[in-house]
Amino acid sequence: MSFNLLVASCLAYVIFLFAVAFLVERRSGQGKLGWLRSPLVYTLSLSIYCTAWTFYGAVGYGARSGLEFITIYLGPTLVFIGWWWILRKLVYIGRQQRLTSIADLISSRYGKSNSLGVLVTVIAIVAVTPYIALQLQSVVLAFEVFASAAPGEARPAAGQTAIWVAAGLALFTILFGTRNLDAKEQHTGIVTAIAVEAVVKLVALIAVGCFVVWGLAGGVSGIMAKIDASSLHDWQLQPGRWTAILFLAGAAVICLPRMFQVIVVENSDDRQLARASWAFPAYLLAMSLFIIPIAVMGIERMPAGSNPDMFVLTLPLAEGQGGLAMLAFLGGFSSATSMVIVEAIALATMVSNHIVIPTWLRLRRSGAISEDVRSLVLTARRLSIALVLALGLGYYRLSGGSGALAEIGLISFAGVAQFLPAMIGGIFWRGATRTGALLGLATGFLLWAYCLFLPSFGDAILPASVLQAGPWGLGWLRPNAMFGTEVMDPLVHALFWSLIGNTAAFCAASILSFPGPVERLQSAAFVNVFDGPVGPQRWARGEAEPEALLMMTQRIMGEEEAQGLFERAARDQGKSETMLPDPTPAFLAALEERLAGSIGAATAHAMISKLVGLDTVTVEDLMVVARESAQLMEHSAQLEEQRGELARTATALREANEKLTALSVQKDAFLSQISHELRTPMTSIRAFSEILAEGDLPVGTVARSGGIIRDEAVRLTRLLDDLLDLSVLESGKVQLSVSLVSMRDLIDRSILATEKVKPERDIEFTRDQVAESVWMRTDADRLTQVFINLIANARKYCDSSHPRIRIAVRVRAGRVRVDVADNGKGIPKALQSMVFEKFWRLPGEARASGAGLGLAICREIVTNLGGTIDYLPGQGGAAFRVVLPLRIEPG
Amino acid sequence: MENSRKVLLVEDEPNIAEAIQFILSRAGWEVIHHAEGRDAAQIARRLQPGLVILDHMLPGLSGIEVLTALRADPVTADVPVLMLTAKGLPRDREAAERAGATRFMTKPFSNAEIVAEVRSLTGAGDIAGRAGAESGNVTP
Repeated sequence: MSFNLLVASCLAYVIFLFAVAFLVERRSGQGKLGWLRSPLVYTLSLSIYCTAWTFYGAVGYGARSGLEFITIYLGPTLVFIGWWWILRKLVYIGRQQRLTSIADLISSRYGKSNSLGVLVTVIAIVAVTPYIALQLQSVVLAFEVFASAAPGEARPAAGQTAIWVAAGLALFTILFGTRNLDAKEQHTGIVTAIAVEAVVKLVALIAVGCFVVWGLAGGVSGIMAKIDASSLHDWQLQPGRWTAILFLAGAAVICLPRMFQVIVVENSDDRQLARASWAFPAYLLAMSLFIIPIAVMGIERMPAGSNPDMFVLTLPLAEGQGGLAMLAFLGGFSSATSMVIVEAIALATMVSNHIVIPTWLRLRRSGAISEDVRSLVLTARRLSIALVLALGLGYYRLSGGSGALAEIGLISFAGVAQFLPAMIGGIFWRGATRTGALLGLATGFLLWAYCLFLPSFGDAILPASVLQAGPWGLGWLRPNAMFGTEVMDPLVHALFWSLIGNTAAFCAASILSFPGPVERLQSAAFVNVFDGPVGPQRWARGEAEPEALLMMTQRIMGEEEAQGLFERAARDQGKSETMLPDPTPAFLAALEERLAGSIGAATAHAMISKLVGLDTVTVEDLMVVARESAQLMEHSAQLEEQRGELARTATALREANEKLTALSVQKDAFLSQISHELRTPMTSIRAFSEILAEGDLPVGTVARSGGIIRDEAVRLTRLLDDLLDLSVLESGKVQLSVSLVSMRDLIDRSILATEKVKPERDIEFTRDQVAESVWMRTDADRLTQVFINLIANARKYCDSSHPRIRIAVRVRAGRVRVDVADNGKGIPKALQSMVFEKFWRLPGEARASGAGLGLAICREIVTNLGGTIDYLPGQGGAAFRVVLPLRIEPG
Repeated sequence: MENSRKVLLVEDEPNIAEAIQFILSRAGWEVIHHAEGRDAAQIARRLQPGLVILDHMLPGLSGIEVLTALRADPVTADVPVLMLTAKGLPRDREAAERAGATRFMTKPFSNAEIVAEVRSLTGAGDIAGRAGAESGNVTP
C-alpha cells in the first residue's frame, strides 16, 4: 500500500468527519437534533476514553504485562456502574452551574477562585501533554509501519509526519471547536463526529480480532489453546500495581479534561447518563475482548523484536490483508484524532477562560468591555489549541518517541488524578476550602512531577545524580524512592506519595482555613445540588401539618386572609371548607408564592422548608434572607428615623403646649385672684356707699360706713401698689439704688416701721447688736421692705402668749445671713413650700390686711439683690432666712 | 314662716358680711353670720335656714365644698343657696351650678339686687311690705 494512498485515505476520512460535523452543526442550528442528542451518541462520544493508547497500546500492554491491561477498562467500568451517582452529581452540578471545564468546576466550587482555575489549567496541560504526544506518536508509528511495508517510496521523516499530523489536527479542531461561542460550550457537531469515530475504531478492532481468532487461530478453541500455551499464561497479579492502575483509570475517567468535557459539559439530559452507565462499560468490554488474542497471535507470528504496540496493524499487514490493515489504521487514526480534538478543545477552553481572559481583563482595567471580547475569546481558543498541540509535539520530540504507549498514558493518568481530592471533596464535603484545594493540588502536582513526570524524560531534565542518589545526596528524597520506599513500583510509588500528600494537604488546610462567603455559597450549591434547583422548588409531599402551616400563614398574612386562602385550597381539593387542605406539593408551592409576596421569597422558602421537615436551609437561602432583612432593616431604619423626628417634634410641641397651658392656667389663676382681690374691697365699698347714699342714718352708722369705705380704699391702693411693685420686680427691670448701709440701721428702721401692726401686742425682740454691726453695699429701701414684711408677718401671725421675734445676723464667706424667727406655731410642713406664692395666705386668717403678695414681693426683692430667701423649718416658730452678698455685683 | 325669714350668711370678709347683714336685717330677715367654710354645713343643718348665702372663696373649706355637703344632706338638700363670688370667671359659675347652687351673684352687687334675690329665693316680702330695699328705712 502506498504511503500517498494512506495519506489520501486519511484526508478523505477527515473530510468525511468534517462533513458529518458540519451537517450536524447545521441541523443543530435549525433546532432539529432529534436522535443526535440520543443517549447512544452520548455513550459513543464517551469512547474518546479509548484513545490510540487503548487501540494500539492495550495489545502491547497485554503482550508485555498480561491481564494488567484490563485495569484500564475495569476502572471506568467500576466508576460507571458502581459510582454512577458521583457522575450524576457532577452532571447535575455541571448543568446547574453551566460549567465549561474541570478547571471551571474546581475554581467555581472554591469561591470562583481564579488562582485555582489557573493551577488546574496548568496541571491539566502539563499532565495531558504526554498524552497528546502519545497520540501523535501512535499515528506516526502507524505511518511508519505502512511506510516500512512499502519501502523505497519517497516519504517524510517521522518527525515531519508528526508535525503534519499535529498541524492537521490543530486545523480540524480549530475549524470545529471554535466556530461559535456558547455559554455552555457544547459542540454537537464534534460530538457526533466522535461518535462516528467510536464506531469506526470499534469495528476496526473487532474486525482485526475476528481475523485473528477465526482467520489465524482457527476459532475460539484454537485461540484459547494458544493463550494457554503462551507466556501470558504465566502472568502473576501484582496487587499493588493492579490496584493502583485500577484506581488511576477510574479517576481518569472523571478527571481527564476531555472526559469531563464529554461526560459533563456535552451532557444535555439525564437519560444520556442512565444509558451510558451500562452502555459505556459494554463498549469497553467489546473493545477489550480481542486484546489478548491479538497479543498472543502477535507474539506467536511476528518476528522477535517487533513492537507489540503495533500488532493491530502489523498482523494484518504481515498476513497480506491490506484492506483490514487500512481499516485498522483508520481505527487507530480515529482514536488518536478524536482524543486530540476533544482534549485540545477542553484545554483551550480552560486556557482562554482561566488564563487569557482574566489576564486581558486585568491588563485593560479601564474602559467598557465591547464586542471584541467574542473575537478575543475565539482567537485565544484557537491559539490555545495550537499551543496544546505544539506542546504535545514538543514532548514527543523531546522524549524521542521512546517509551511504551501505556507507560506514557499512565503518567498522564497519575497527573490528572491529582484533581480527584479537590473534586470529590468539593462535591461531597461542605468543609472543603479554597486554601485546601490550592495546597492539595500544588502538593500533589509537585510530587507527581518530581516522582513520575520529570524522571520520564530520563536524565534530560533531572540530572542522573538526583535520580540515583537524590537531590544534594539526600537518599530519602530520591524521586523513585521517597522516604526509602524503594520496593514500590515507580508508578505506584509516585501515585501513593502524590495522592497522600495531596489529600493530606487538602484536608488539613480545609479544616484549618475558613471559607469566604462566596465559597460557602458555592459549597452549598455543589454539595446540596439535588436539594433544590435555583428556580421555584418543587415540594415533595412532606410531613407538614396543615395546622402548623395555617398558624404560620396567619401570623404572616393575618387571620382572615389566611383562613380564606386555606378554605379555597380545601375547596379546590374537593374537601369541605371546614377542613384543612392536604399539604400537597401544589398547595405548598402556591402557599410559598403567596407568602413570598409578603415576606420575601427566601424567607418564605425557609419557613416552609422548616415546616415540611426539609431542614436544609442552605447558605444561599440564608444569604437571600439576610439580604431581604437588610433591605427591611434599612427601610425600617428610615421609618424609625422619621418616627423619631416626629416624636421629637411631638415632644417639643407637647412641651410648648404644656408650657402654654401652664402659663394660661397661671394667667387665669392670677387674673382670677386679682379679680377676687379687687372685687372684694369694691363690694364693701359699694354696699356701704349705697347705704350712705340713702341718707337718714344714725351718726354711728354713717361713721362706721365711712371708715370701712376708707379702709377698703386703702386696701385697694395697697394691692395695686403691690401688684405694680411685683410686676416691676418680676420683670427684672427694677432700679436699685445701692449704697453703703449698716445692717443694724436697717433692722432698727424695719422694727420701727412695723410698730403700727397690731400695736396692742407687746412683742419682745431678741437681737445681737455686735453681730448686727455689718456694713454692706445694697439697696437699703428694698432690703428694709423685706425686713418690714417679715417682721410684720411675725407680729400679725405669731400666736404665742408672749410673742418674741428673734433676729440673728451672721457673716460668712462674703455673704450676710439674717434669720427672722418668731415663737408662734409656725407654718404647717405641707404648706411651707407655698409661702412665697402670690396670693397665698395662711388658711383661716382674716385677710383684712393683705392680698398675700408680701412674701412673693420679698422673694423678688431678695433675688434682685443677688440673694436668697427661704422658710427655715424646725425653729419652733415661723422662721425665714435671708442670705445676701455683702456687696452687690454691679450689673 | 320663721325659717323662710332666717338666712345663713357664710362669708369670711368681715366688711362684706357686715354690709349684707345690715341690708338684710333692715329688710326683715334674720341673718346668722358664719366666717368660715368649716362647720357651715352643720350649722345649716341645725338652723335649717330659708336661705344660705355662700361665699365662693372661704378659708378652710371652699364654698363649692360646703354646697356639696349641703346637697348631700337630706335635711339641707332642698334649701336655696345663693352663691357669691368675687372671681369673674364663667368657670366658677358653672362649677357652682353643677354643685347645686340656686342662684349665683358676682361681687360687687348693688344692695337692691341682693335684697331682690333673697326675696325671690325665700318667697317672702320684707316686713315693711315695700318692694325693694332702695327705700328701706328700717333701723338696723
